[in-house]
Amino acid sequence: MLFALWDNRRIRNNVIQVLLFAGFAGLLFWLWSNTAANLAARGIRVGFDYLNRQANFPISESVLPYDPSDTFGWAYVIGVTNTAVISLTAIIISTFIGLVIALVRLSNNPLASKMAALFVGVIRNMPLIVQLLFWYALATTVLPAPRLAFNPLPGFYLSLRGLYVPAISLGPQAGPFAAACLAVLIAAVIMRRLAPISAWSLSKWVLLGGLAVAAVVLLRPSVSFPELKGFNFIGGLRLSPEFAALMLGLVLYTSVFISEVIRGGIEAVSRGQWEAGRALGLSERHVMFRIIIPQALRIIVPPMTSQYLSTVKNTTLALAVGYPELGLVVGTVINQTGQAIESISILLAVFLTISIAVSMFMNWYNAHVALVTR
Amino acid sequence: MTSLSISHAHVATDILPARQAPPIKRMPLLKMLFGDILSAALTTGALMTILALMPAVQWGLVDATWTTADPAACRDGGACWAFVGAKLRFILFGLYPPEAQWRPMIMMGLMVGMVLVSLSPALWGRKLVIAWQVAVAMMLTLMWGGVAGLSFVPTSQWGGLPVTLLLALLSLGCGFPFAVFLALGRRSSLPIPSVLSVGLIETVRGLPLVGLLFVASILLPLLLPPTWTIDKLGRTFAALTVFAAAYLAEVIRGGLQAIPAGQIEAAKALGIPHWKAIQHIVMPQAIQKVIPPLTNTAIVMVKNTSLVMIVGVFDMLSAGRSAAMDPTWPAPYREAYLFVGLIYFALCVAISYYARWLELRVKAKDYR
Repeated sequence: MLFALWDNRRIRNNVIQVLLFAGFAGLLFWLWSNTAANLAARGIRVGFDYLNRQANFPISESVLPYDPSDTFGWAYVIGVTNTAVISLTAIIISTFIGLVIALVRLSNNPLASKMAALFVGVIRNMPLIVQLLFWYALATTVLPAPRLAFNPLPGFYLSLRGLYVPAISLGPQAGPFAAACLAVLIAAVIMRRLAPISAWSLSKWVLLGGLAVAAVVLLRPSVSFPELKGFNFIGGLRLSPEFAALMLGLVLYTSVFISEVIRGGIEAVSRGQWEAGRALGLSERHVMFRIIIPQALRIIVPPMTSQYLSTVKNTTLALAVGYPELGLVVGTVINQTGQAIESISILLAVFLTISIAVSMFMNWYNAHVALVTR
Repeated sequence: MTSLSISHAHVATDILPARQAPPIKRMPLLKMLFGDILSAALTTGALMTILALMPAVQWGLVDATWTTADPAACRDGGACWAFVGAKLRFILFGLYPPEAQWRPMIMMGLMVGMVLVSLSPALWGRKLVIAWQVAVAMMLTLMWGGVAGLSFVPTSQWGGLPVTLLLALLSLGCGFPFAVFLALGRRSSLPIPSVLSVGLIETVRGLPLVGLLFVASILLPLLLPPTWTIDKLGRTFAALTVFAAAYLAEVIRGGLQAIPAGQIEAAKALGIPHWKAIQHIVMPQAIQKVIPPLTNTAIVMVKNTSLVMIVGVFDMLSAGRSAAMDPTWPAPYREAYLFVGLIYFALCVAISYYARWLELRVKAKDYR
């Protein structure tokens, strides 16, 4: 009788599903009750009200203003913005360098191509954290004191204190200007939908020119150059050794992987496309940028998405060199408050949100560049 | 031929001798390097990069101190490779008791031997899996000791290369069975297994490994009953296993998708039960198809083991770092990291060469 029931596919499937669900729910309940018991035994109270308490720990650098008298909640915001800034910067720079490495590797010049291949091989086969620690060791042991700083370009100083670069500060109209830029961008997108392409290519330049003029008039940007005063630099923008080591390591590592993605995409475009382009009398450059790369983009987008996502996730390794991104802030908060469950939940929630958001955007973009088959 | 005797004027009767293939046109090197503006620019750029790297070569090779017993001799400029020589045992074995360090040595020898045996696909099979299980049991016994006259060494004293290798190998090995079930669950038409698998895979893949390591090292003791005490190495290992399982599952899913539906339909037509068909027909083919990407995951996991340093496990990278902290040497962090990086490099390059060889072999087999 029972065997007969087991032989019925539908009944069997349902039994398996019920058991699986019960097992999963049981596991969750077991973990939850353990946690409750452990927390009660240790006298830890779970809750997010500590977010409003004063943080009392310093964060060495941040894009937004931060002070130890700010709240834990604000400390998290600082961590998230720092993560976002290093992720975005690293992704943008790496994409360009990755493209360059890919093109050099594909070039006919044997010396440059072999060197690029060697570079890619060395960087991609070493763990990122080892590279970060190496660059950080280099930045903190080899560089000279501020007085003897390297001065490779006017206004750029590299010393133990970090890299000083000229800073551009904007006038008080920065907010309205950003709003104007956004409005122009939206108008441009709408225009692009409505206007014929020829009108678009002319108006694009008009728009850009107008924006540039508006930027100079409205913002009155002023540049401040770093100057050596006493034992340290004054003025300019300071990039700490932590930031510099992190950026260098992250950019090199990411750009190598991106270059492999791009190279794979370009090589996947059939040779016939090259030959057809040449037969039509296009120059190599035109074939590459007008024919090959647009087609390679379709192949490149999905793996590129996962590269970008890994870059965002890799920023957590900044922990090793002491750059205060979200992971380091979370670690400090756990040490200070003992609110481990809440802190780690925040960390996980932030990264899951970023992952989901990026993959949704990339799916949209992928559909946008996908081959339209008629 | 002779019986036909056709004698039209335009029919050739004698066989032409085989002609030599035309010589491959070789571009002169100078033209390759400086043929056009772009090429010349690239060559110049490459040469300038080499020039820019000369100080590094000077530091690492020319000015380097290779052997010295006196740490003070390392203070004048060049790389201090003597440090790596002096600290080699510490970097490779960490805090493992020096008199028992032959045990991790033999353990690694066993591991290398097993890996070498497993390289050839001809030997893959049930027997090899059992051999691996026995070998892993022996490896762990060697490391832990406590039996057969071997002194007991707690995991808090394990360190260096053996920890790195064990973490990489065991997280992949233990993650694999889970990965198979997760991949099957994701492909399943039943809602509950597929939702659970997708949820687990996507959550783990959406998180940085550092986050998982935090969960394992800080939250896991809270989630389990207080009587269960898992040491730090065990908790990190659990995190790495979950991580490996999620990534392996996606690779295996790729293989499952590449198996035509006809395979399982044929099995059904022959009256083979569903699970038997999966086990004996679908899975073997799917895994064979994804061996190259699987080796990629192996490389990723070897590199990822270095992250355990963040939660305080004493792997090779932590050992190198601690060695460089010794105040008798002039802070040779760069040398320590370069040496450790070199070992990782050798491991990863070895795996990727193997993968390339394997791929060629699999391809050759496919077309036969």
